[in-house]
Amino acid sequence: MIRLPETLDAAIRAEGEKAYPNECCGVLLGRLDADGARVTEEILPIDNAREAGEQYHRFRIEADDFLRAEHVARETGRDVLGFYHSHPDHPADPSEYDREHALPFYSYIIISVRGGKAAELASWELTLDRARFEAERIVSS
Amino acid sequence: MSITIQIPSALRAFTDRKPEIAVEGKTVREAIGALADAYPDIRPHLFDASGALRAFVNIYVAGKNIRHADGIETVLPDGEILALVPAIAGGAGQ
Repeated sequence: MIRLPETLDAAIRAEGEKAYPNECCGVLLGRLDADGARVTEEILPIDNAREAGEQYHRFRIEADDFLRAEHVARETGRDVLGFYHSHPDHPADPSEYDREHALPFYSYIIISVRGGKAAELASWELTLDRARFEAERIVSS
Repeated sequence: MSITIQIPSALRAFTDRKPEIAVEGKTVREAIGALADAYPDIRPHLFDASGALRAFVNIYVAGKNIRHADGIETVLPDGEILALVPAIAGGAGQ
């Protein structure tokens, strides 16, 4: 389960609309509560590192950007909880490409953007055996 | 050569929650191979079905990405620290 305040839900939607028709991406920062639920406290937008001609259906957060995000998290007493990205004119379901490149433990939030307007938003977790994503419940807070 | 490998939080489920693992190896290839031998469940997250290092797995030695050195054949001095750092990628459909 991941807690996502309405302000951050709106911020992710806005990022998706701003990047349209390309994919946006960024990092979810926050903490784990006593029950193990992820509590999102901040998003950190990251420039999509894929080449311009591929950004309509691909995103990449480089290792250096990941290290910077971890540094920001440590400095503010937070953890990297996961990542978000948009699917322009595609559902908020993870693709096979998403699965091949994902890691367990993290939350993967996907915002579908249709015709430039943010639509459904969903969160996913990769199973430990890498076989599939499972939907993660989002609790607005 | 004793090498310390720093494990990212996402992969600690496969190393008994240990953030650092000590292995033997003279090169990055040997060190990562030793890690995968000691903790087999981590292997599919580091290597693809052909045995190649996954594209999103970055390895930093002495704070520098080995892509800017000799890649997986980078030689490791005794006592070196090696960090596994994921790049994050994905995207809609094909």
